[in-house]
Amino acid sequence: MTASQKILNGDRLALARLLTKIENNAPEGRDALIELFPHTGKAHLIGVTGAPGTGKSSLVNQLALHYRKTENKKIAILAVDPSSPFTGGAVLGDRVRMRDLSGDEKVFIRSMATRGSLGGLAQSTANMTQAFDAAGFDIVIIETVGAGQSEVDIAKLAHTTLVVEAPGLGDDIQAIKAGILEIADILVVNKGDRPGVENTEKALKSMLDLAHPTERIFRHHGSNMRVTGQAQKASSSLTWIPPIKRTISTEGVGIAELVESITKHAEHLRISGDWAVRDRTRLQVELEALIQSSLMNRFREEVSEKKFNEVLEKVFQRNVSPYEAVKMLMNGRLK
Amino acid sequence: MTDKKIRVLVAKPGLDGHDRGAKVVARALRDAGMEVIYTGLRQTPEMIAEAALQEDVDVVGLSVLSGAHMALTPRIMELLRANGQTHVKVFIGGIIPDEDLVRLKEMGVTGVYGPGASTDDIIRDIKETVAG
Repeated sequence: MTASQKILNGDRLALARLLTKIENNAPEGRDALIELFPHTGKAHLIGVTGAPGTGKSSLVNQLALHYRKTENKKIAILAVDPSSPFTGGAVLGDRVRMRDLSGDEKVFIRSMATRGSLGGLAQSTANMTQAFDAAGFDIVIIETVGAGQSEVDIAKLAHTTLVVEAPGLGDDIQAIKAGILEIADILVVNKGDRPGVENTEKALKSMLDLAHPTERIFRHHGSNMRVTGQAQKASSSLTWIPPIKRTISTEGVGIAELVESITKHAEHLRISGDWAVRDRTRLQVELEALIQSSLMNRFREEVSEKKFNEVLEKVFQRNVSPYEAVKMLMNGRLK
Repeated sequence: MTDKKIRVLVAKPGLDGHDRGAKVVARALRDAGMEVIYTGLRQTPEMIAEAALQEDVDVVGLSVLSGAHMALTPRIMELLRANGQTHVKVFIGGIIPDEDLVRLKEMGVTGVYGPGASTDDIIRDIKETVAG
């Protein structure tokens, strides 16, 4: 039996091995993804992002527990933590908060390091999500690294993006800045038992009141990509206004209401046609990323390291500017 | 371009709550360029084997200070094998009496480290066993 057949049959070890191959960008991983691709497109991808220490992992733990108790769905969790920029090593600690889920055959938790990627996810996160999707997981929860203001890649991957805030992290000016709050489909104010929770909610609410429901357009490779469907334009009643949900994830408070919002959002996406639009956006982003990396590989193959280092040395000496260096190297490629 | 990293699960089975040693080792392995999955305190053998499977690790590092290593280790080894993870190397750190060393090795444990062990030695041993 091939690896992909085993995965379609629910073999957990085969799935774990494949995830490693995909993460390492090994040829076996790519071959299996080609075979598995027709089986993807069924899972609901839920992104969870927010600043470090806002309680993302604990919240993911509670969400998964809730889904297991109420809906008997198969849940995969992909938890991303940062790699060291100096050694490439990482300590992946998200499982510490997810011990309640252990022993459940229908939950699969995988930790991964960013391996140099910025944007809050790793390069292979999207592909690993596809493997879970093909393996029949109904819900894939993707937890990003502790995100600052512009780690917004998750919005291009997930159907539903949760942005987790906690009291005391910023005022109403923070709330009107561009970036992470804009990508929220649902805003979660976690640690709801902490002082200042009302102020945080108020700041987020006034941010939403100020916002005119605009179309979500990603600037990507210099061209704009629309994320809302035509249907939304037709009827303003279909505009999704991100709800603000208060939770205490260590105690499970507010989780049922949060799950209700997630379900409503999924319904909204299907009714408005945005589900398909987001799927297409994701696939387009994936395709472009693949083209980029394969062009980079081709460049490395065609331009010798010696030539590259020669040109680099000229840049170091300040004889040649980086722009000129690019011209020289690209022309070198064409011989 | 393939990019392989050594993945290590650092776990504390049993009931003792002292995880300083496990954290020092986790940090040292991180600085040696490995990806360390840290599971936290009070893990059962079942939880450890399950995490090792889901994370597809090359190495499991156990920290035991309670004296229960002769009860916990065989169970963990057995579960790893039952899950088909025969290639996973197991290392133990903690308070391990000399007379248990032979039996732990017989169970298939690759390395045992007591108080004062150098993290450089642990890193070297892991790199050698994973490569070989």
